[in-house]
Amino acid sequence: MSYVTCLRCRGCGREYPVEPLNACDFCFGPLEVEYDYDSITRVVSRERIVEGPPTMWRYQDFLPVDADMALDMGTGFTPLIRAENLGRKLGLENLYIKNDSVNPTFSFKDRVVSVASAKALEFEFDTLACASTGNLMGSVAAHGAKASMNTLVLYPANLEKGKILGAAIYGATLVAVDGTYDQVNRLCSELADNHRWAFVNVNMRPFYAEGSKTLGYEVAEQLGWLAPDHCVVPGASGALFTKIHKGLKDLVRTGLIDSADTKMHIAQAEGCSPIAQAFNDGSKEVRPVIPDTLAKSLAIGNPADGPYALRTISESDGSAVIAMEDEIVEGIQLLAQTEGIFTETAGGVVISGLRRLVNQGVIKPDEVTVAYITGNGLKTQEVVESVVNPVHISPSYDAFEEAMAGR
Amino acid sequence: MVKRRVKFTFPTELITESVIYELGHRYKVVTNIRRADVREDIGWVVLELEGAESEIADGLGWVAETGVRVDPVSGDVIQG
Repeated sequence: MSYVTCLRCRGCGREYPVEPLNACDFCFGPLEVEYDYDSITRVVSRERIVEGPPTMWRYQDFLPVDADMALDMGTGFTPLIRAENLGRKLGLENLYIKNDSVNPTFSFKDRVVSVASAKALEFEFDTLACASTGNLMGSVAAHGAKASMNTLVLYPANLEKGKILGAAIYGATLVAVDGTYDQVNRLCSELADNHRWAFVNVNMRPFYAEGSKTLGYEVAEQLGWLAPDHCVVPGASGALFTKIHKGLKDLVRTGLIDSADTKMHIAQAEGCSPIAQAFNDGSKEVRPVIPDTLAKSLAIGNPADGPYALRTISESDGSAVIAMEDEIVEGIQLLAQTEGIFTETAGGVVISGLRRLVNQGVIKPDEVTVAYITGNGLKTQEVVESVVNPVHISPSYDAFEEAMAGR
Repeated sequence: MVKRRVKFTFPTELITESVIYELGHRYKVVTNIRRADVREDIGWVVLELEGAESEIADGLGWVAETGVRVDPVSGDVIQG
């Protein structure tokens, strides 16, 4: 069973029943899942979690889905890697990489879609849908296939073929919209209002977002039931960032760890950094921007959870950091060449942001630091094509020796 | 007749402009404000619009042309 009590408006605090809703009828504020933490505390234990599956569903007691509805594709409980080589380069003695690029569809989106699709089944929807520019549509298509649901993905018609393939292969119905991202966005809102479909990040959004908490639970468990001193997290809508923090706080609240004084740092790219800019300006309001960044998966100009991300920074005594556009590929290469992990552009933002935080003295050498790598580099190969510079030779021994002589 | 929930975000130079009043006068659209936060340098208003589909579409097009950002209330549908 799940321990959800209701949905609550983050704007005015009104309560709503546990239904496929995403906005308050009164003030149109976003809704969030509320839990009965006393009951969770009574049943949950470290032993119970360790005996669970080696996936994110070992934390089912903290998720808004009934246990027998869990859609487990093997998502989560991804490796937490002690990054000694990268740590040495950056001057950190206790650096860890949470490598979420090894999920079934190669990004952290599998966590949120796992919860959203399980909840969609629980609500007896037969169609799983989303609009996306890449990672999300692949995950929705894969989960729809696993759940034997109809799957519908909408995307701007000018999207790269490779990204569309990642959804098409699972048999999803593809809808290419002749329009901008914003226009696809608006169309999906209208469709969600008029069709009984489960749009994972529209009417399933309160449940969907909860999946990200598991990135907080896992890191604490993998560190031996300790919260890290610092988390560095990529920032798009801000939801991932706030939910990781919520996950760590949940563990304290239910007695699974003693404390979580983790400083939360959000990393954004120069070309789309509305949350970081607001933090740097000391503002509580996030000023929307028009994204122009290599980091497409972080390109949300008007982040819905921006104000909540600012609150998380403030509550945790954390910070926001901006990676320059020309540092994104550097970050990707640095991680690949030190730890053997090929990340997408969002990971490049995190690694370059981490380097800045160390250089600024925000993170001290001995502090336990976790950098979240949320997507696989094979998804954004085009940005690193310039690294392919082979030695070109004729098929002879002498040609090889000659070409390699100066190396 | 349809209803649309939208969020208008006003840049500093448009905060004092009567954009919502104008929207209701230029187009056959009923505006119903539900939540707002207006400060010296930035302001946003969440509201419901009711009217014919085409009037709402034209009206939102006009609002966007003034420089006010228009987003659906459901938040970031497109992510990643």
